[in-house]
Amino acid sequence: MTASGTFGYGEEFMDFFDISCLGGVLVKGTTLEHREGNAYPRMAETPQGMLNAVGLQNKGVHYFAEHIYPRIKDYDTHMLVNVSGSTIEDYIKTAEVVNELDKIPGIELNISCPNVKEGGMAFGTSCPSAVSVVEAVRKVYKKHLMVKLSPNVTNIAEIGAAVEGAGADSISLINTLLGMAVNAKTRKPVLSTVTGGLSGPAVKPVALRMVWQVSQVVKVPIVGMGGIMNATDAVEFMLAGASAIQVGTANFIDPCVTAKIVDGLEQYCQEHGFSKVSDLVGALEV
Amino acid sequence: MKKYIDDFKVIKNERLNYEYVILTLQHPGKLPAMMPGQFVEVRVDNGPNTFLRRPISIHDIDEANNTMKLLVQEIGEGTKLMGQLKEGDNCNLVYPLGNSFSLPEKPRVLLVGGGCGIAPLLFMGRHLKANGIEPQFLLGARTEEGLIALEAFRELGQVHTTTEDGSVGTKGYVIHHPVMRTHEPEIDMIYTCGPEAMMKVVAKYARNHNIKCEVSLENHMACGFGACLCCVADTIDGHKCTCTDGPVFDSTYLKW
Repeated sequence: MTASGTFGYGEEFMDFFDISCLGGVLVKGTTLEHREGNAYPRMAETPQGMLNAVGLQNKGVHYFAEHIYPRIKDYDTHMLVNVSGSTIEDYIKTAEVVNELDKIPGIELNISCPNVKEGGMAFGTSCPSAVSVVEAVRKVYKKHLMVKLSPNVTNIAEIGAAVEGAGADSISLINTLLGMAVNAKTRKPVLSTVTGGLSGPAVKPVALRMVWQVSQVVKVPIVGMGGIMNATDAVEFMLAGASAIQVGTANFIDPCVTAKIVDGLEQYCQEHGFSKVSDLVGALEV
Repeated sequence: MKKYIDDFKVIKNERLNYEYVILTLQHPGKLPAMMPGQFVEVRVDNGPNTFLRRPISIHDIDEANNTMKLLVQEIGEGTKLMGQLKEGDNCNLVYPLGNSFSLPEKPRVLLVGGGCGIAPLLFMGRHLKANGIEPQFLLGARTEEGLIALEAFRELGQVHTTTEDGSVGTKGYVIHHPVMRTHEPEIDMIYTCGPEAMMKVVAKYARNHNIKCEVSLENHMACGFGACLCCVADTIDGHKCTCTDGPVFDSTYLKW
């Protein structure tokens, strides 16, 4: 799958490859109301990664349902909507709108965006608030409910177990790690928001560790992500316990990377005697 | 316009001075159509701190030879690595990206460039000339050494210059040149690319004289094709991506 916020609505990549080879596309983070996002600059390149502070720029779920959904609904892959909000009420109303869209088989509940002032990540950093938002959305959303966890927590396994208990069908992790970049020449922060979310290979060891820890305590499938740049990285996440993976930042550098990873996963299985990719899940020999 | 990702071959790396090179890159087959103002995203390998591609303006196109020229100013690690590319090296591009300059409604045009911002103006000058319009250029730099590729511009039209130290041309910034000091300018359209402060004063001049003005922005970006939403410009319609809605904007559309 492709990670939310790194693959637009799929359309942006049509010139580069046929997206029907993907398991799914997580469309850009969608909120109840239109959001302009944060001021420029919103991005900083860092060693083996990047910081972003986009701030969930999107035109709101009603615009999505009216104008974007008709364009993307017949794509030959699973189009899932990443849903974000500042209040539980926002999440519920947004999920209700998406619930009515026949060709959207699931949502990814984003309780982990580090770039909005209220809510977002705040929901994902304590068990009671994570449970309350997942339970509330579970009541109104009838299809697949994936919950995306924040890595900016002390005990990720505890949060994973809590959202599973609250009704999540699957758990995706990790969202970006809260970080910061400083310009020594100007003595100013690089980002307009001072802090932002770190992604790319720099976060991969943290992401792998967290996928492993959550996989030890939950039964629902885990969707692993964090710095996956190639098929070997994807294999590592599956061995650590992920049933599926999302590719994010790598899409910016090689827009065809996800197609290459799909091929590479099959090749790995052939070369290492696995009859199917799912046999890799949790096959880590500890 | 369809976008591609391809390995180009470096067929020439021409060093202009201590900080500028012109790379000539050859497409393995037939170079697709590209428009002036568009840019490419260059993959920079082998740098521990160069993770993302580098957005670089298309400086010139030679359709007959399927080559593209990129003017590179070595200001950071990525552009320094690009400056070290050698003949025969591969260079992976995502291209062509962004919108393009529009053709003017009236024939009297001025192209105003500063520093590395002159890069897309050569391609635009060639495009104007091919459409029967004689372009005038106003190019500014800090010193004489910073005024680069002048001969290529002179082949296309009249070239005015300014330098901050007065070593050549009019002393000062582009806005101090006589061509922009007159109260009744003989210009119908301005195209500008360069430092934002320069473009802002050029845009203000254009607005004060009712001249249409297109500016080319160079905001920091990750993807270059509208997926990351990092490169936004502040416009009268809110945040717009420099990579897909730009890099060329009508100056009155920006909140400047």
